[in-house]
Parts: sequence; structure tokens; C-alpha cells
Amino acid sequence: MTHRIGVVTFPGSLDDRDAQRAIRIAGAEPVALWHADHDLQGVDAIVLPGGFSYGDYLRAGAIAARAPIMTEVISAANAGMPVLGICNGFQMLTEAHLLPGGLIRNEKGNFIRRDQGLIVESTDTAWSNAFTQGQEIVIPLKNGEGGFIASNEELDRLEGEGRVVFRYSGVNPNGSMRDIAGISNAAGNVVGLMPHPEHAVEPGFGPDTADAMRSGTDGLGFFASALTALLAV
Amino acid sequence: MTAIPPTVENQAASAAAAEADTVANAIATPEREQPYAALGLTEGEYLKIREILGRRPTSGELAMYSVMWSEHCSYKSSKNYLRKFGKKVTPEMTKNLMVGMGENAGVVDIGQGWAVTFKVESHNSPSYVEPFQGAATGVGGIVRDIISMGARPVAVMDQLRFGDIDHPDTARVLHGVTGGISFYGNCLGLPNIGGETVFDPIYQGNPLVNALAVGVLRHEDLHLANASGVGNKVVLFGARTGADGIGGASILSSVAFEEDGPSKRPAVQVGDPFAEKVLIECCLEMYRDELVEGIQDLGAAGISCATSELAANGDGGMFVELSNTLLRNPNLTPEEILMSESQERMMAVVTPEKLDAFLAVAAKWDVETSVMGEVTDTGRLIINWHGEEIVNVDPSTVAVDGPVYDRPVAYPTWLDALRADRGEALPRATEGSELREQFLSIVASPNQADKSWITDQYDYYVLGNTALSFPDDGGMIRVDEETGLGIAIATDANGRFCQLDPRQGAKLALAEAYRNVAVTGAVPAAVTDCLNFGSPENPEVMWQFSEAVDGLSDACLELGIPVTGGNVSFYNQTGDTPIFPTPVVGVLGVIDNVADRTPSGWQDDGENLYLLGTTHEELSGSAWAGTVHSHLGGTPPEVDLPGEIVLGELLRAASAEGLVSAAHDLADGGLAQTLAEGVLRFGVGARIWLGDIIERDGVDTTTALFSESTGRVLVSVRREDDVRFRGLCEGRGYPVQRIGVTDASSNTLEVQDVFTVGLDELRTAHVDTLPKRFA
Repeated sequence: MTHRIGVVTFPGSLDDRDAQRAIRIAGAEPVALWHADHDLQGVDAIVLPGGFSYGDYLRAGAIAARAPIMTEVISAANAGMPVLGICNGFQMLTEAHLLPGGLIRNEKGNFIRRDQGLIVESTDTAWSNAFTQGQEIVIPLKNGEGGFIASNEELDRLEGEGRVVFRYSGVNPNGSMRDIAGISNAAGNVVGLMPHPEHAVEPGFGPDTADAMRSGTDGLGFFASALTALLAV
Repeated sequence: MTAIPPTVENQAASAAAAEADTVANAIATPEREQPYAALGLTEGEYLKIREILGRRPTSGELAMYSVMWSEHCSYKSSKNYLRKFGKKVTPEMTKNLMVGMGENAGVVDIGQGWAVTFKVESHNSPSYVEPFQGAATGVGGIVRDIISMGARPVAVMDQLRFGDIDHPDTARVLHGVTGGISFYGNCLGLPNIGGETVFDPIYQGNPLVNALAVGVLRHEDLHLANASGVGNKVVLFGARTGADGIGGASILSSVAFEEDGPSKRPAVQVGDPFAEKVLIECCLEMYRDELVEGIQDLGAAGISCATSELAANGDGGMFVELSNTLLRNPNLTPEEILMSESQERMMAVVTPEKLDAFLAVAAKWDVETSVMGEVTDTGRLIINWHGEEIVNVDPSTVAVDGPVYDRPVAYPTWLDALRADRGEALPRATEGSELREQFLSIVASPNQADKSWITDQYDYYVLGNTALSFPDDGGMIRVDEETGLGIAIATDANGRFCQLDPRQGAKLALAEAYRNVAVTGAVPAAVTDCLNFGSPENPEVMWQFSEAVDGLSDACLELGIPVTGGNVSFYNQTGDTPIFPTPVVGVLGVIDNVADRTPSGWQDDGENLYLLGTTHEELSGSAWAGTVHSHLGGTPPEVDLPGEIVLGELLRAASAEGLVSAAHDLADGGLAQTLAEGVLRFGVGARIWLGDIIERDGVDTTTALFSESTGRVLVSVRREDDVRFRGLCEGRGYPVQRIGVTDASSNTLEVQDVFTVGLDELRTAHVDTLPKRFA
């Protein structure tokens, strides 16, 4: 049976089609979901894609977190469905209180696009179980407001509970506290990160590697992880 | 007691409330004085309008004619010249052209049922007044042109010219412009895949901000913006109309800035990329569901332009009730509404049966709509304001048959002296240490330095189809995910060459863009251009323009690729000093499968490096002359267009057969610059020998390193492909010389018997120039 993974399109979503492509390449069936619906169309997992939903007015992700479909997304996430928030999707997850902390403007102010090294800190989530602990992966990063912040107590708790899933390696591009690139909820089914795994799934269109230009496919592991998690259910 | 003058707001409000200047009123008050000069019209043009109408224009009509007859909208000084692009074509050149010049953007058939539309446009003047918004709305405007053809926009790139890198005002302009492009383009979700950044004091008071966009569509999705079908509805949708950009691009771009003149800031438009992104998706859904007859974007001259162009291109008549316009500022007068250049607006022609479905799609995307009127067969564009007729014109007199000028042309008095002062006569270094120093100063000079501080702010990943982008010679986008069919685009213009010889400079720009597309493995197919010049009222500028158009149109004919559209930007000057003529030329190429594309740098050890082409002693106008000697003089390099065709075919064959692992064009900075970029692309060094080139071509070391002769490309070839590659070159009779090998372990660029530079030192020199000043 092919697993069905939904990708929610909000007004201003930009990487929604790219997330759908990545899901297809990973061997699952992408399902387009619409922000104004109250309908998850029976999907098995959900991706909240990157972009500038609602123009990032108010705060990035703040309006999207209150979109009609988020009622269903939040219930599903609380019931254990795998949910991945990429970039703007990560911002939505924090605004929806599915993940702690928040994302602020990059330390140096500018929008940054770069091939970003990440250390996999936890393989104990629905979106990272295909990696090995401590593995270094490279996927594109592109954001203007990617600086992760939280209180010291919250950061200690995240570290203590093994919920820091990805940490920036080499360069901390946006001033994120403790080099945090991605985190999970306590159950490990909800993961948010600023870099874009869906842009490292197809040779020729991903980050450069030592072997060849644009040949990086480290992002496939995220979607393979979700399929593994779904099989285990 | 002194009377208190009303505030600006009250003036506007009272003007709106006061009775509008109706057609009846214009007939009744023929002698009323009208502010035509303040609106940029000459007395002759004003009298011509009176003659066309047989009465004085209403103030609304005057507003329309003034913006539509502005240089920016009417091309009145360039029209006679631009016709040459349409005349100098062969049937072979136009056989793949689905839409040629004159529409919002040209459309090219690229096979497999796909078509591509692309165009480059200027947004120079607004970007000097308000760099962030000026550059941002430049992206927005060109993207709307692409949508209006029925295409999905898939990439953008920007061609930028700034003043002296160390001038205090350059940082203001550069931060604003790059920030605006990054903000708007990234929020639209369009990959930025290339472009140019050049610094020269000549652009200090007049930076150039050109924006190119490209879109793809299936053949059957092609739409043209015209108002056909009597009874069809005319709907304005998108953002509300506000007071921004009143007379903006049109007036701003049609007169030169004067020192101490009034502030032009209110004439700059303000952009909202979110509104545009939603508008894109909304329009594409309307096209997909076949809900529209045509969509016209609102850019320069706003509603004046959209209504008159739609009507003139269609059945010839349209009725509009202007008070239906949704306003951001309720006090706007009808004249202001006609002239407003508020961004993110479109005008659609919709059949009455499909109106409800059209409105439903707009509502789905939270896009506001107002039904303004309908298509008629009266041959007149009639605009009412609260039921009273304020415009009644033949739309073609507004949109098509504007004034056309044959401006005086004069050979520049200073040009012979400049051309006699040859760069080849400059002193040359003989010692390796001195050449090493010159090499490092050139790769670190603002124009040759790495631009990633700027391009790192641009998203090139979004949409997932980017096969090449900066720093490769051309950007490349996959069009068909099944077959791999794709397109490549490169743009070029060397203002220094054009100053020395605008005819030759334009040819050089085309040849370089052509070559930059060819090195990627794509076949050049079509051309767009943005002709940036000084004031057309200056006969010497007009001579430069005339020469550049001749050079470009001749070269297009010789290369066999047509110009499909573009833009002319005049009045680029500070005080009386015009910019260098800067004809930005963009070439579009097609590649059967983007998997075959060739990158610009080598990644593997032990590959042979071959130089294709011949090196001549051509140092005038070069980066070497400019950087080492602060010199501009002489005549630019020769162009061999038939040779460029052979070279292009050779590169395509090599790419298709997988014979070259990298190919990089030689241009500014010559072989030295190409080598530096080649070794830094993936951090793989090289060992080079110049002896064979020096002997074969009869040149000295300075020429071998820094000459900017055309028709040259450096390629990297795996040893196992060596024999086949040489055979390919010999079969086509193209000069080829092995000049080195790649060397991954050395971590240096060694030019034997001349100098050696470590990659770290080279990288620091090349990369630090921009961050040192702007980060």
C-alpha cells in the first residue's frame, strides 16, 4: 500500500510543489491540502511547506497557524500523526504551539541561501530514523527569519529530552541558539527545521557534493524516515 | 485675516468632490489653460491631441495621453530604430517564434509542446530614488508581463550597474537594490539564476536596475491581451489602486534628474510580493480553467495603459465606469486613478457566462475584483466617472499611434581622440611577480570579484528545477520533468566597450551572451534586450543608440536568432553626463536534456584543459586596462560571428556526447579571470602553460593572460575522452590548444614560468571585495 502524505498550501506557500515532488520521489503519494478546508483527506502524514504564508504579516507563520485546516493538523499531530514543518512550516509549528521556541530575523539581517551542513542529533523521530546518530548531512537552507530562540530552561529541557534533532555544522547561518536547526515534540512525531530537505532529493537539482555538482540527496532520508515510521504503526 | 490654504489631503478631497472635467465641459470651455507641460507633453504634442479630438482634451484624457505618449510608454524616440529588429530577420529565424515583438513578451516554441516567454526591462530611475522599492517593483512588473502571456513564471535574473564601489552613496543604492530584489523575488518563490553586477563611476547618479523574467507554458495556453468579443466584461483585480507611483515609471523615466530638482519620491511605486504571489496563482488557475479571454498587466501608466492597449488590440471599443475602481485612498481624483501605477493589479476580459466562475476563483485566492465595464464595437474608449463621460477617445491614438521622432544624430566630438588612445600601447609587465600582482588585483577588482555576497541573498532552489545558476556562465531551468527538456539564459553588456564603439559593443554583448548559453550545452534560440542610454535629446547619445541598434540587429541576423522583445530606457544620466551606452542583451537557449548540461568549473583531478579559439592582442577597454592602468581608450575586440556559431555547435556536440566536464567562457579579465573562476568553482587547482599559445598566436604573456579576444572557451576534458574531443574540434576546424591539467592535490593555480598562487590566497582576494565594503 502506498502511503499518502499531505502538503498544505497556504496563500504565499512557495515550496509546496517541491515537497510534493520529494514525497513522490521517496515513493509515497503526495496529496495537496488547502488551508481553508477542514479536511485532511485521510492522509497518513503531513508536511507544512516553506514560503511566506500570508506574506509573513504580523509574524512569520502566525496567521497560517490559525488557518482553518490547522485545527485538524493540530488534532492529528496530538494523536501521533507524523508532521514535518519546513522553514515557514517550522515557524507555523511554533506559532501553533506544537513545538516550543520561536524563529527570529537572521543575526546579520539578510536573507541567506546556502548549502548547509547539519549534524543529526536524534534518530528517534518520525522524520530522522533513517539517519545515524551524529551523521553529517547537507541540505539547502534559505530563510530570512531562521534564528531559533527559546528560554534557557526550554533549551535545557529540549537537550535533556533528546529533542534537538538537527544542529548546524560548520556555520551557524542565522544566529540560532545552541546551533539548533530542528527540534521535535516529546513524542517525536512532529519535527520542525529551517533547512529544506525537499530540495535535496533529486540528483542534478540538490546541493553540490564532493562527487558532482548539485548531486546531493540527503533530504530523501526525511521522507524515508516517515515511511518507516508509518510502517511501524 | 489671511485665508488658510487647505491641507494636501483636503485639496485632494475637494478635487474629487468637485465636478470632474467632463467631455461636455471640455467642449463648452475650449480655451481653458491646461498643464500639459507639467505632465511632460510638448506644445506640439498638446496641439496634436487637440487636433485628434477636435476639441481640448478633458483633464482625464490629458492625463492618459501624457503618460501613454511619454518616452517610456510610447518609444517615440526609438520606434524608428526598433523596426530594424523586425526587418532584419529570415524565415528560419522566425519559424519558432509564436509571438514576436510588440506584445507584453515574446514567445518561443521550444518543442515537445512547450513554449517559453522571456523579457528584460529597466527600472532604473525608481531604483535611484528609492532603491529597495524601485528594484522590488522592477521584479514584480516584469513577472506580470510574463503572466499576461498565459505562462507560469519560472525564473528571474537582474542586471545591475552601480557607481564607484567606494562612493558613500553606492552602499545606500546597493543595499536597497539587492535587498529589494531578494525580498520580492524570494517571496514570489521564483529562483534567481544569474545576472550581472558592475561598478563604474559613470553610473553614480543613475544606477541601472534591469530585471529579466522567464516563464513557460504549453502551446495551447498562449494568451494575448486584447479586448475582443462585444459584451465581454472588463474586470480589474488584484491590489487596490492607491496614490503611489502617479506618473511614476512613465514620467520618472522620461526626463533626466536635475540637481536640486523637486523630490521624485512620491512617484515611486510600492510593492507587496505576497499580493503578487497570490495574483500569479489566481491568474494561472483562471487560465487553466479557461475563464478568461485575456489578461493585461498594469504597469507603467496603470489603467490608462491597460484600457487603451486592450481596446486598441481588440475590437476597438471599450466602456469603463472608473468610479468602480477599488481604492486604497478614497480621495483620489479620476485623473490620479487613471495615472496611478499601484502594483500587483491586472485587468481581465471575461465572457458574461464565465464571470461568476472567474469571480469565484478570485475569491478563493482572496483577490479583490471590480467589474469596470465591457467591450464595445464603437471604436471608442469611453470612460465615465459617476455616470459622466470624462474620456472619449480612439484608443489607438493613445496606445499605438503616439508621436514618433527622428531625433538629430551626431557623431560624438570626443570619440576619435578616445579611440586613438589605445589600450595596447599601455606599459606591460615582464616579470612574473608583477604579473602575479596584476592578476590578483584584477580578480579582486569590483567588477571581476566574486558576487556571492549578493547572490547568496537569492533563492535559486525554489521550484526544484534549477540545473545551473550563478556562478555558472548561464542559468538553466528544467521545463519538462519527464523528458528533461530545459532552457538556459545568459545576459551580458560591456558598457566600456560600448563607449568606445556602440555598434561593436552591442555585437560583443550578443556574442558573449550567445557563448555563455552555448557553454552550458544549450542551443541559442532567441534574444531579449534592454537598451539603457542617456538622453535622446542629446544627438551624440542618439548616435550611440542608432549604432547599437544597427550592431545588435545585424549580429542577430548573422547568428540567426531573433529579438523577441525588450525595453528601451533613455534619460540615464546625471546632469549632462550620459551613462556609457549599456545595451543589456539576454540570450535564451534550449537543451534537450538538462542532465547533459556543462558546469563552468572542473571538479576532478588530472583532466586536460583546452583553450578553444585564438588570442589576439586586444587590450583596449579590457579589465586589465581598467584595473591596472585606470584606462579606457582604443577600439574593442573583433567579433567573429560565424566563428561563434561553429564554437556553439562544437560545445553542444561535446555536451551531448559527454566529452567535456566543464566549459567556461573567456570575457572580462581574459584567460586569467577564467582560470581563477575555474579553480575556485570547486577548489580544484590547475597547472597551466602559456608557451604554446604565445608561440601559435604570436602574442606576449600579458596578452595571453589578459586579452579579451572573443570566440574563446576553456574546457576541461577527461583523459579517456581526449582523442574524441580533439577529433571533434579538428572536424570543425576550430582552433584548439591544450594549455594545462587540473591538479586536485596542489591547491594552487600555477602558470608555469610566470607565477603560482595558492587557492586560499586567490579565494580571499576574489571573495573579500564585496563583504569588506557591504557586509
